[in-house]
Amino acid sequence: MSKRIAKKTAKEPISVSSSSANAPKPTKTPSASLWEQFTGAYAKTDRRLMQIDMFMGFTVVVGIIQFLFVVVAGNYPFNAFLAGFAAAVGQFVLLAALRIQTDPANQGEFSSGPGRAFGDFVLASLVLHGFAYSFIN
Amino acid sequence: MEKETKRVFDVFRAVILLVVGMTAIAARLFSVVRFESIIHEFDPWFNFRATKYLVANGYYKFLNWFDDRTWYPLGRVTGGTLYPGLMVTSGLLHTIFRWLSFPVDIRNICVMLAPGFSALTAIATYLLASEMKNSTAGLYAAAFMGIAPGYISRSVAGSYDNEAIAIFLLMFTFYLWIKSVKVGSVFYGTMTALFYFYMVAAWGGYAFITNMIPLHVFVLCLMGRFSHRIYIAYSSWYALGTLASMQIPFVGFLPIRSSEHMAALGVFGLVQLLAFGMYMRSMISSTNFRYLLFATVGVILIVGFAGIVLLTISGVIAPWGGRFYSFWDTNYARIHIPIIASVAEHQPTAWPMFFFDTHMLVWLAPAGMFFLFSELRDEHVFVIVYAVLGSYFAGVMVRLMLTLTPILCVAGAVAVTTVLEPYLNGDMTEPARAPEPKGSFYKRFSRILDLSAPRYIYQKGIRLLTSMVIGYMLLHFVFHCTWVTQNAYSSPSVVLASARPDGSTFLIDDYREAYYWLRQNTDYNAKVMSWWDYGYQIGGMADRTTLVDNNTWNNTHIATVGKAMSSSEEVAYPILLQHDVDYILVVFGGLIGYSGDDINKFLWMVRISSGIWPDEIQEKNYFTPRGEYKVDAEASPAMRNSLMYKMSYYRFADLLGRNAIDRQRQQLIPNTPIVLDTLEEVFTSENWMIRIYQVKKPDVFGRTPKEARQWKSGIKRTA
Repeated sequence: MSKRIAKKTAKEPISVSSSSANAPKPTKTPSASLWEQFTGAYAKTDRRLMQIDMFMGFTVVVGIIQFLFVVVAGNYPFNAFLAGFAAAVGQFVLLAALRIQTDPANQGEFSSGPGRAFGDFVLASLVLHGFAYSFIN
Repeated sequence: MEKETKRVFDVFRAVILLVVGMTAIAARLFSVVRFESIIHEFDPWFNFRATKYLVANGYYKFLNWFDDRTWYPLGRVTGGTLYPGLMVTSGLLHTIFRWLSFPVDIRNICVMLAPGFSALTAIATYLLASEMKNSTAGLYAAAFMGIAPGYISRSVAGSYDNEAIAIFLLMFTFYLWIKSVKVGSVFYGTMTALFYFYMVAAWGGYAFITNMIPLHVFVLCLMGRFSHRIYIAYSSWYALGTLASMQIPFVGFLPIRSSEHMAALGVFGLVQLLAFGMYMRSMISSTNFRYLLFATVGVILIVGFAGIVLLTISGVIAPWGGRFYSFWDTNYARIHIPIIASVAEHQPTAWPMFFFDTHMLVWLAPAGMFFLFSELRDEHVFVIVYAVLGSYFAGVMVRLMLTLTPILCVAGAVAVTTVLEPYLNGDMTEPARAPEPKGSFYKRFSRILDLSAPRYIYQKGIRLLTSMVIGYMLLHFVFHCTWVTQNAYSSPSVVLASARPDGSTFLIDDYREAYYWLRQNTDYNAKVMSWWDYGYQIGGMADRTTLVDNNTWNNTHIATVGKAMSSSEEVAYPILLQHDVDYILVVFGGLIGYSGDDINKFLWMVRISSGIWPDEIQEKNYFTPRGEYKVDAEASPAMRNSLMYKMSYYRFADLLGRNAIDRQRQQLIPNTPIVLDTLEEVFTSENWMIRIYQVKKPDVFGRTPKEARQWKSGIKRTA
């Protein structure tokens, strides 16, 4: 069932993103491998978005480390693990939201500008880490 | 000019909202005017007691409160097993008023909290409905919400329950959610999460939001409406809200363990995947994307399904809660969990209740949903999903009428506005008539149904007629709501009102009389046993230690009390001694015909205790051979020997002589005197509604209670 959703929903946004500068030209390299195609397209991404991507990668690593720690060493202070893990996941999705909102390809979709998006991001992150801090001990 | 008109309308809106808020408060004051400023019913008494504790001892002591005066001898970790939102709210209000040097009593804050918040609920409903259509619909919705009996039933002055603030939080959280879906901003997502947190702190019904929002998103995904805005709104809400909800001690790790929260988690995962898919779609060619899609979906389906099955089997995820099952199978609770089924508000709703509680909204809401359907923006899907789900749940459990009412108000307001719009448009000059559409019947018909084009009616007569009909309906709604409120929902149930033959009101104040007697005449540490319904009231009004109360967290302990009540004196006495019971309180409605008494609840006691001791207590023993539930001469031996029967009818025949008719059950009580060996009647209230018995101490000479009593009354030992 979810296959159908993904297909259907995926159709809609193409029109938005394909008009942007960093969209790939898939017709050029139809036989290129998935990875090559992706890295090729990614190289054209805005520098600031790449910074966000790095931060997102970092939160993924932090989350994985915490998860591995739980698998290896046990989850005794379970709230501490949850707080840390939720902070990583939460930060990841907030970054993703920031990335979406500041991506020039998506500008038409949001009425407020990237400045507002960053302000929201800071506020939400503060709230997130406030709760995580309160939960960790 | 345009700007000025807008400003005038803004002022109008503000004034109307203010009036709606005041009306909402005023409608809920019947109980205070008729009776007095008093806390109602059962649960509010606990909330009130907890609030007093909070105000007296401060927040941290409140959170760590171990209450040794309930559930004797177990006690209750009260701070960790309640939703603190309500108490903290009124405690905070109390502090603020003190700080502003208004010396207001905490009781008055507790009594007035629900009406006050109902005004806020009206405003939240205004905001929500405004997002759905326009501010006119918002005003209608606010007015409906202010006086709809379905909501008043839970928020009259004095009904100091979690729902008092929870419905406001529900509506405001939903408003913020709709806003964040519309705007797609992290800010509104964060605000949704914060109010969700408040909601979790306030009411167990927060699970409704926990499932409603994911369901909305899921339906939108199925409709192919997934977008970046939805991703942002949902992930920021879920990530923050879940972490926040775990801060409440009573909720703890539930959001990642219990099945009720799994839908939200699953949709969170789905949303991540869809967003990732959208991103990849913009980066790679469609052929490659298809490979990626199939691979990812396949792996995730297998891993996810296996994971859920594994976790459920290994017990990491809590099994589905009993109350959850009773949502789907209305007979589930009755068969499996008598303690849940015994609560009146968990019973299925009778159909007339829908009309009684929401009046014209019953037929306006579907119309409103139709109008929303014809436009069907993302937020309209929310209303439709909510209304369908809410109707179903309201049919399952009486108390869930409460969650349905707000959305009926919103949908009803949309219907009224949409219908009235063409008739009340200020512009009276008729434009040039558009050419009559030609073509097939279907074409003409579809033009009539096309609601997007504004069309107005220009004939004064028709305008007047239609608006008068709808106006009359609205007026009748007001009358109905007021009538229901004052007749059905304004009784404190601590004080009962009945009418004398000459029509004047007669207040029955036996509960308070008895509780006050306990407070004045018994030791502070005396233990009072009663059926669990009265536990909170005894704790709150009499301030005495109780064995069981309305919290019902320990079924076995309740069953123990049920066993003591339903077995003979010989069996019950050791139980009473083991639990240090000093007094037993029973409620008896036989003299004045009060239906909510213990004899009517007796079968639940039998059922609950037979769940634990099926060998000793059997339900069929309490019926006559013909299967009737009788208390007269035909009553079964088990019934007649039970402690409950004896305590209820002790000396009842002495009062009325040969004519000892139980007015509640219309049965003649036999004249044979009831003898109590182990108990002593110490108090019976004015209308015999509450009877209190003292448990005799074990005999100092080691005789059985029967022997001791016989010796005392001068009867020789028989054996």
